[in-house]
Amino acid sequence: LDSLHSENHVNANSEVTFERIGKMSKNTKSSAFRRIDVDQYNEDNYKEEVDNEPVTAGPNENEVTSLLSQNKQIDALKHVLSNAPLGNKNQAIKDASLNLVLRVLLSFKTSKIEEAVNQLDNEARDVLMKYIYRGFEVPNEGSSAQLLVWHEKVFALSGVGSIVRVLTDKKKL
Amino acid sequence: LKMTSVHKFGQAVPIQCHSWSAERRSLALSHNNNTVEVYDQVSGGWKLTDKLEQHDLRVNDIDWAPNTNRIVTCSADRNAYVWVKGPDGKWKHTLVLLRINRAATCVRWSPQENKFAVGSGARIISICYFDQENDWWIAKHIRKPIRSTITTVDWHPNNILLAAGSTDFKVFIFSTYIKEIEPKPSATEWGAKMPFANLMAEFSNSPTGGGWVHAVSFNSEGTRVAWVGHDSSIAVADAPSGMVMMKLKTSMLPLLTLTWIAPNKLLGAGHDCVPVLFHVDASGKVSVGSQLEELTVVESAASSSAMNMFRNKDRVGTELLDNRLYSTHQNQICSMRIYSGTKDGATAVSTSAGDGNLVIWDLQTLAAKFNDLKL
Repeated sequence: LDSLHSENHVNANSEVTFERIGKMSKNTKSSAFRRIDVDQYNEDNYKEEVDNEPVTAGPNENEVTSLLSQNKQIDALKHVLSNAPLGNKNQAIKDASLNLVLRVLLSFKTSKIEEAVNQLDNEARDVLMKYIYRGFEVPNEGSSAQLLVWHEKVFALSGVGSIVRVLTDKKKL
Repeated sequence: LKMTSVHKFGQAVPIQCHSWSAERRSLALSHNNNTVEVYDQVSGGWKLTDKLEQHDLRVNDIDWAPNTNRIVTCSADRNAYVWVKGPDGKWKHTLVLLRINRAATCVRWSPQENKFAVGSGARIISICYFDQENDWWIAKHIRKPIRSTITTVDWHPNNILLAAGSTDFKVFIFSTYIKEIEPKPSATEWGAKMPFANLMAEFSNSPTGGGWVHAVSFNSEGTRVAWVGHDSSIAVADAPSGMVMMKLKTSMLPLLTLTWIAPNKLLGAGHDCVPVLFHVDASGKVSVGSQLEELTVVESAASSSAMNMFRNKDRVGTELLDNRLYSTHQNQICSMRIYSGTKDGATAVSTSAGDGNLVIWDLQTLAAKFNDLKL
């Protein structure tokens, strides 16, 4: 009887101990702490400058459609490039603009591309090069072949510099 | 008269930085390691006269003061050393405590050679001057509003203002006035009040952001500052016109170094391995000029035969084995110095590159071939 009692006593103690251990291990059971981004608390981190410049809302789809239907492709091209939503935080606007630009680029007859590129200024050609590479990212139905012709013509005038700026410019399309 | 002369110094290892002594009889350079080698010009070549070995890590920059004949070196080991040549002809070093916790990236003596500026990855510029009383170099810090690594520094002729370029895409003009060693400076086009570390002007490399600043250069009068960025651009800011900034986006690969060679001409060089001339008009607008080399393809009979082409294709999988660039330098030019003349009218420049070569470009003979080089 005595041994039984003492066993119980021991057991009771260990239960308490086990209970305590259980509480501790519950605290560390969750490994969420391993997923905290500790770098965000580093004071030395480079913080991107808050840019309060107004951003364009992207090209006007109706305007572009009407220009294309009047066979004014070069005007449509100039419109979409000058209204490019560079650095816009709204991804939907950026995606919509990209689709519009690709529509315009693919509406050109291959033989007319060089003439169109010649009519653009340097800024517009830089934006166009950015769109060409964005277009390469979402290839469909032979779009890349046409984009390669655009690439060749823009490269002939704006050189590797425009490609370098596709990579270094922070305000992305 | 030769337009270019190519100089080799042992192994074909990139020469990250180089600096000339006053008479150009001696040259200090580093082969991308922790030592600085000093060479003397002798008839027919170069003689290695000294090895300055104190740094633990890569030497990032060297500057040789022409008047006081002191060399300052800075390194990734977060230190700078000032080297003075003793009467016995040996270089004696003094450690300068920069008090930074990241690599030192660039260093330049001030025009009067009583101070030097060290840029670093600690987002700090250390302005160092010699304290006679305690017989050591003291470093004062410029921090605000630098937000990333300083890659390049250049002094204004008044010995006070300093231009600095950074990987936070900015160019800063700071005052480094140290009242202990110099008289109060008079006003310049950059402003009148010049307490130490005062930000006189700040320029953003690009409205679209982006493009580390690789090199800055004040013109000889200190009224304009030019810089090159990794977005393949070159820009000039003009103080007298109200800090107007004019930027040219080039069609070339990014430039890594530049210097004024005349009041209206800049020479830049970088990843295209050839120095390029730029013109700056009265309003500050920048336009591209000549490259200092015509990159013509030299077809050698052997390499163009059909049999060789197929033989190469069979042996190594490509038609051409020739991967030499058509320029003198075979790798990016990382450092350019005025060899003779001044920023007002340079007659020769020297470039060191990743191919381990140092090339001296005689601008006067080159001007016969490229008219827009004429000063």
